[in-house]
Amino acid sequence: MPITSLLIANRGEIAVRIVRAARELGIRTVQAHSDADADMLAVRLADDAVSIGPPHAAKSYLNIDAIVEAARAKGVDAIHPGYGFLAENADFADAIEAAGMIFVGPSGSNIRLLGDKVAARQAADAAGVPTVPGSEGRIDDVAAARAVVDEIGYPVLVKAAAGGGGRGIRVITSAEEFDRLVPQAAAEAQAAFGDGGLYIEKLIARARHVEVQVLGDGTDVVHCYERECSLQRRRQKVWEEAPAAMLDDDIRQSLCAAAVALAKSVGYRGAGTAEFLYDDETRDFYFIEMNTRIQVEHPVTELVTGIDLVREMILIAGGEPLRLAQDDIAVSGHAIECRINAEDPYNDFMPFPGTVAGLTVPGGPGVRFDTMLYPGYAIPPFYDSLLGKLIVWDDSRDAALARLDGALAEFDVEGVTTTAPLHQALVRDDDVRAGAFHTKFLEQWLEREPLGEVKKREVAG
Amino acid sequence: MASKQILSPLPGTFYRRSSPDQPPYKDKGDSVAEGDVIGLVEVMKSFNEVKADTAGTVVEFLVENEDPVMAGQPLVELDG
Repeated sequence: MPITSLLIANRGEIAVRIVRAARELGIRTVQAHSDADADMLAVRLADDAVSIGPPHAAKSYLNIDAIVEAARAKGVDAIHPGYGFLAENADFADAIEAAGMIFVGPSGSNIRLLGDKVAARQAADAAGVPTVPGSEGRIDDVAAARAVVDEIGYPVLVKAAAGGGGRGIRVITSAEEFDRLVPQAAAEAQAAFGDGGLYIEKLIARARHVEVQVLGDGTDVVHCYERECSLQRRRQKVWEEAPAAMLDDDIRQSLCAAAVALAKSVGYRGAGTAEFLYDDETRDFYFIEMNTRIQVEHPVTELVTGIDLVREMILIAGGEPLRLAQDDIAVSGHAIECRINAEDPYNDFMPFPGTVAGLTVPGGPGVRFDTMLYPGYAIPPFYDSLLGKLIVWDDSRDAALARLDGALAEFDVEGVTTTAPLHQALVRDDDVRAGAFHTKFLEQWLEREPLGEVKKREVAG
Repeated sequence: MASKQILSPLPGTFYRRSSPDQPPYKDKGDSVAEGDVIGLVEVMKSFNEVKADTAGTVVEFLVENEDPVMAGQPLVELDG
């Protein structure tokens, strides 16, 4: 049954994005918000709004009962979870269905399966999707460890099976190190955890982060090609592109086919993203995880394919079969997204909530700014620091870089310190321009303090 | 004995303990030395310690655990 009314159980720029997509489909929108978010842009744009609790997210945006109750009170058909908060919470999806409403996303059982690292890895193996090579499970003696390493080759990571939080992990690069360190690792694991069991995994030293967007209707699955998100800081993506410019076309085809095979094998419904590590020296890719929601960086895919992913996921949730066949989906040109965060890039990325005194949004062809900012908006300190996403498209990567450089020069938020200067430095960096990066690139680049070159702008207001 | 207050240096969410299973940094009646941590303020997912800029004995906490706070808002009242 087509959705006629939708509660948006999220905030910030993604809530604005969802309100707009729903409005274009003629769907009545009800924006859920915490008491700290009553004046946010999505509340202003939606047809109706409802408070779901105090500012602290655990009491509002993470409160399943409060959200389901608000949706019921407002009489909506469906709930869109956005990203973060409850977007990948299987219990939330189940609670919405149990209350007779539609969860805009996959089934609770799909979320549960793909959210479990071991189960997801097994599903990938079963679908013929490559995973990071390693021991099948725990290993209890040195001979068994040796057999695994003989098969997968150096370098490897040796972890304590009972460990966690990075404890007891060793990098082993040679047979000599193996002989010295593996018995030591087992003894240490025994001493630290009372369990000498080990786990061995291939170390992918220099990898790119490449991910494939999929859309499924529970039966059929199509892919919308890939994105590259290698520029990360503390495992948070900072800059994303589509397509992954350095990917050979045969690898692109097999990567996208792998994502479709995995999604199809579980009967996936909705928008999802299969994340991979890609080693461009060996040309091997390895499945890491599947995100069962819309992603922050979805606009780069939208700009190169012309597909409105949020619209498609709402239509699918309303019971429509996929409207696109694989042959209908093609990539044109190149898109880049910069995440603009309320953080001070000159001061270890300290968060910087404040009031928007003025806002200058860049324009022109191929420039899009997804944001929740407006002049006079007081950014609450209770949630994450993402203020918006500056996304550019042009017919080639070089042209997109030039367009991004110009757009960043126009961009300004008065009264708030943002990460825009970081992107200004990145867009002019030779390695970034050449696409010569990997997942550790940005952190190493930041250690060289390249931001000294960019003149720090005075914060007004 | 003069009454003094410790103010929140940042806007955000106030926590009285370092993690949910830990005891509070300070309780009513505890003595506080200058530089003691009296709580945390979470601002945009980054946790910042609140250190006492004055010494005394805790009379009362003026905000509850997990309450929203504004920069400059009094968090705790001290005697002494």
